[in-house]
Amino acid sequence: MTDAAMDISAGAFRPGTSDAEIEAAAAKAVTHRRRTVMFWRIAILVAFLALWEIAARLAWIDPFFYAMPSAIAVRLYEWTTEGTSEGPLWYHLYVTMEESVIGFVTGSVAGIIIGVALGRNRMAADIFSIYIKVINSIPRVVLAPIFIMILGLGLASKVALAFVMVFFVVFHNAFQGVREADRAMIANARILGASNWQLTRSVIVPSAMSWIFASLHVSFGFAIIGAIVGEFVGSRYGIGLLINIAKGSFDAAGMYAAIVIVMVVALGAEYLMTMVEDRLAKWRPQPLHETQ
Amino acid sequence: MIHEKTTPAIELINVSRRFLSPTGKSLTALRDFTMTVERGEFVAVVGPTGCGKSTTLNLVTGLASPSAGEVRVMGAPVTGIDPRIGFVFQSDALFPWRTVIENVMAGPLFRGRAKSDATAAARDWLARVGLSRFEQHYPHQLSGGMRKRVALAQTFINGPEILLMDEPFSALDVQTRVLMHEELLRLWSEAKASVVFVTHDLEEAIALADKVYVLTAGPATVKSIYTIDLPRPRVVADIRYEQSFIDYSRTIWADLKEEVETSYARAAA
Ligand SMILES: Nc1ncnc2c1ncn2[C@@H]1O[C@H](COP(=O)(O)OP(=O)(O)OP(=O)(O)O)[C@@H](O)[C@H]1O
Ligand SMILES: [Mg+2]
Repeated sequence: MTDAAMDISAGAFRPGTSDAEIEAAAAKAVTHRRRTVMFWRIAILVAFLALWEIAARLAWIDPFFYAMPSAIAVRLYEWTTEGTSEGPLWYHLYVTMEESVIGFVTGSVAGIIIGVALGRNRMAADIFSIYIKVINSIPRVVLAPIFIMILGLGLASKVALAFVMVFFVVFHNAFQGVREADRAMIANARILGASNWQLTRSVIVPSAMSWIFASLHVSFGFAIIGAIVGEFVGSRYGIGLLINIAKGSFDAAGMYAAIVIVMVVALGAEYLMTMVEDRLAKWRPQPLHETQ
Repeated sequence: MIHEKTTPAIELINVSRRFLSPTGKSLTALRDFTMTVERGEFVAVVGPTGCGKSTTLNLVTGLASPSAGEVRVMGAPVTGIDPRIGFVFQSDALFPWRTVIENVMAGPLFRGRAKSDATAAARDWLARVGLSRFEQHYPHQLSGGMRKRVALAQTFINGPEILLMDEPFSALDVQTRVLMHEELLRLWSEAKASVVFVTHDLEEAIALADKVYVLTAGPATVKSIYTIDLPRPRVVADIRYEQSFIDYSRTIWADLKEEVETSYARAAA
């Protein structure tokens, strides 16, 4: 149905071709394209896994370090059915998710509020920007031992780490988004009668929203990193702990299995985020290249 | 009371406006600028590009304040944004994340009117600008001319007593433009607002206005004022063929041309 699809097929039509025929041909082209994309995606994945399996079995790579897909699948199966050596897998996953979600939500809310506030206030921005730069220059993961020392082995230290991972990314984008808000649009709102608060709420924040969403996409992944690194450094539960234990017992399959779990969760979250964004951003024109 | 009724809608008295450039240099955009717009009067302002027309309008809205001189609206000095003023922007200033009707409702809602009330008023205005069928569209789904009509509805719904327009139709094609002129004149005669209309297009200025102000190349001062004595109601599409219209065009263009030439010579130097 898109212009691009029409263009490709348009050349083939003789004069007198009906609209219905053109539309049918376009729909067919779109389906065909989608199938091709799907086919290659799956084919590449299968090829990659097969190559890995064969390489490990023929000892081109050492399975002790690199494991192999079948062993990882078996380990995942054991974990889901019998639980891990540290208790049920679901509980570990739950703990990691709890830490990431709390860190993500608090970090992004704080990032948006402070980003918008400083974006709206030139003076405050000039004063605080230097401190934010300084703190931002600290590699976040080195904070893990400090948080664990201060906040203990439990939830709080992981949430704190996830929070700082998320906060700066979201803050930075919210701030930038506010600064980029269109001058004419702001002037228009003020002349139409918007108070300062109305201006922030119904003009500045919506126009910064695409910037903010761009940061939310990556920052759930960052929240998971924060939680897992925290668990890695010191914890009693969580996926990070599983990785740590697998490392301690030279269980390569266990480590990769934990990574697979994290990947699935992160992809799921990304998918959810895209859905929410599409719903909120239905006012935006479709990008030209998108086919649907 | 009587005195208040007779005060002009807008007065700029010996106004100057300076800007500081990023390098710290001072630039004078307006110098000793004096202008009076009577109530219900339609004034057009023409001048070379960059001379200070937009700056003048901004001073009237209260978005900016003069470096010297005085700006008065309805007889009182401007101290902030005046709710009696409406502004139609040169660039697209609609809110892209709101539907057409939500855009038109923005003003009444900002001003604290009830939602049902605002919706009804917005429907009414959309009907007047001929966009009832597009209520639920987003701005990016409209053509340029339709967006401009939404902008007009968005401004007129607040019932402005003073209407400022900064080259509102310059991005439109000629046919749409003529339609918009008719529409604007109709809305203006119904609302009885005072209008300041900035444009590059001299014919547009003569066709619409009671008075045409010609500004000098920057810093802008008023070079001359022409009173346009064409009968109303005017049919914009036809008026340009009348002899008196052509005479006005020729006289004012001769005047404006000098300033445009000065402006270009300066920019090239
Ligand atoms: N915020 C600003 N800072 C510095 N200089 C400015 C600023 N706004 C305008 N100027 C300068 O003031 C002068 C007048 O600008 P203005 O926008 O009023 O011109 P204009 O007559 O509206 O031009 P145009 O017809 O092209 O829209 C220009 O030389 C411009 O460079
Ligand atoms: Mg201008």
